[in-house]
Amino acid sequence: MGVDFIYPEFEVIRNESRCIACRVCERQCSNEVHAWSERRGVMMSDESRCVNCQRCVSLCPTRALKIVRSDCRLRENANWTDATIKEVYKQAGSGGVLLSSMGNPNPLPVYWDRILINASQVTNPPIDPLREPMETRVSLGKRPQRIERDDEGGIICDLQPQIELSMPVMFSAMSYGSISYNAHASLARAATELGIMYNTGEGGLHEDFYAYGPHTIVQVASGRFGVHEDFLNAGAAIEIKMGQGAKPGIGGHLPGAKIVGDISRTRMIPEGSDAISPAPHHDIYSIEDLRQLVFSLKEATSYRKPVIVKVAAVHNIAAIASGIARSGADIIAIDGFRGGTGAAPTRIRDNVGIPIELALASVDQRLRDEGIRNDVSIVCGGSIRSASDVVKAIALGADACYVATAALLALGCHLCRTCHTGKCNWGIATQRPDLVKRLNPEIGSERLVNLMNAWRHEIKELIGGMGINSIEALKGNRLMLRGVGLTEKELSILGINHAGE
Amino acid sequence: MRRVFVNEEWCLACHLCEYNCAFANSGMDDMVLALKGKPIFPRIHVEGDERISYAVSCRHCTDPICVKSCIAGALSKDGDVIRVDRNVCVGCLTCVLVCPYGALAPGPDGVMQKCELCLENSCGEPACVKGCPNRAIVYEERGERA
Repeated sequence: MGVDFIYPEFEVIRNESRCIACRVCERQCSNEVHAWSERRGVMMSDESRCVNCQRCVSLCPTRALKIVRSDCRLRENANWTDATIKEVYKQAGSGGVLLSSMGNPNPLPVYWDRILINASQVTNPPIDPLREPMETRVSLGKRPQRIERDDEGGIICDLQPQIELSMPVMFSAMSYGSISYNAHASLARAATELGIMYNTGEGGLHEDFYAYGPHTIVQVASGRFGVHEDFLNAGAAIEIKMGQGAKPGIGGHLPGAKIVGDISRTRMIPEGSDAISPAPHHDIYSIEDLRQLVFSLKEATSYRKPVIVKVAAVHNIAAIASGIARSGADIIAIDGFRGGTGAAPTRIRDNVGIPIELALASVDQRLRDEGIRNDVSIVCGGSIRSASDVVKAIALGADACYVATAALLALGCHLCRTCHTGKCNWGIATQRPDLVKRLNPEIGSERLVNLMNAWRHEIKELIGGMGINSIEALKGNRLMLRGVGLTEKELSILGINHAGE
Repeated sequence: MRRVFVNEEWCLACHLCEYNCAFANSGMDDMVLALKGKPIFPRIHVEGDERISYAVSCRHCTDPICVKSCIAGALSKDGDVIRVDRNVCVGCLTCVLVCPYGALAPGPDGVMQKCELCLENSCGEPACVKGCPNRAIVYEERGERA
């Protein structure tokens, strides 16, 4: 082999005057960066193994550690960046596809940050959420086109199945397998306490979590892992996963090493076998085929559960959404190109798909133009980072948002983006029992509940400031948004005016 | 009374409790000065192996056998907390022999020391509980102890 050396990306800086050699860093690092040197009488570190997950930094009792980016760089080149060149080296050495985790980290525009929210002044009073009631509840599903009355003039309220949420946020799909048992337990408990939903992802539902069914969305993906009648009936809604924002056009990959014990049983596949979801659903090649699956699932659940169709935001998303709305689905979930993943080919994650803000605006507009907006609810995901992102999404036309990365951050994730190694030091994206136990679901669920309650307060304050007292009244209210630094084209797709207009 | 309990399911064997204990009982306000370059004598010990681990400290038994067997009368019940009077202890290690939990150990001077729940040191609450990163060590009421 040739010379294949890449200087470590990070450096471990240990303040020797503070280090008490308690060796907590050594015990807590699954990458085996730290080690006690008996001969030298100090802690040593092998920074080539460090992924900058900050577990050691967080637990060091004397704050003796920090991780910094190595300044050993290749010669500056705006075209051939350091990262690009090193990727070439890696591929020249391995011959393999580059793998990455979590969402697209590249500096592409984040439209949320270029949209500003309105507030009331003088003529239309703002509302104080601490003094006046404010409604954050939403329900998702088909809405009736018109009010119908019976012979006596009473309103006929036979609604199609709906899901009720105490606030317009749900935890999006992360499979048992890609994340740990304790991560799922945290999400399930938190969703139940909050009155929202979490999502099984494509790995089936562990038998321990059937108890949380009323707050669970069960997912049917192209691999059909863990799908059976009881599973479908266990949740509050069923989601057909056609695509994922982080990797549009391909299916999920879970390596055989992670298919152990309960995961194998939950997925209904043999231990050690790779769980490779096909890129397409092999029975869906048209909207008519999709309609068949939607109604198969409705039939299997006696028409009691709404069906969600989740797609990645891609170029023709408006037309795709129109097709989905006509397939009989109750809810469309759109996942933007910044959405996270436990593992995806780097090139796909970083180059395929479109921003959720543009996709959402164009889908909402298209469905309104076609008069079918009430046939479906729209859920948007793919890097909803804060309460203000939620408010902007609702005003752009979403009925609710999916969040996953923010939820994982609440559980301890430090976005080191090495989920695919399966050695998550925070006990989230791993199946190693000694690492899984690092996430105590009692703490995890508390932190998720705190995060969502904080967002709920912020949502109320933001909409109260606009003089609005319910999420429903904000929905699709694009007059409440203004763009900054956007082109005419971007503004027209978003359907908003520029600031100052 | 409230006691220190360990939920072994969540113990990570990180040993932070031992260092927090040693610091809390050091009488110093600087962890580095208190612990750097010295052997530590904590009143809580992590035991176990790679599969299961748990921190062990005094159970503060309702009917403590160590108090009964102390030949010098150094161990006593102060309310619900079992304390050792280090000026009276003769270092005979009888309490080490009789304690079914292995919760007592001598300090650097050979005199016995034990968990007194940090009630009178600088921490004011059990330091092991306060510093446990995974809530494996808790301080709560669970009824009487034999």
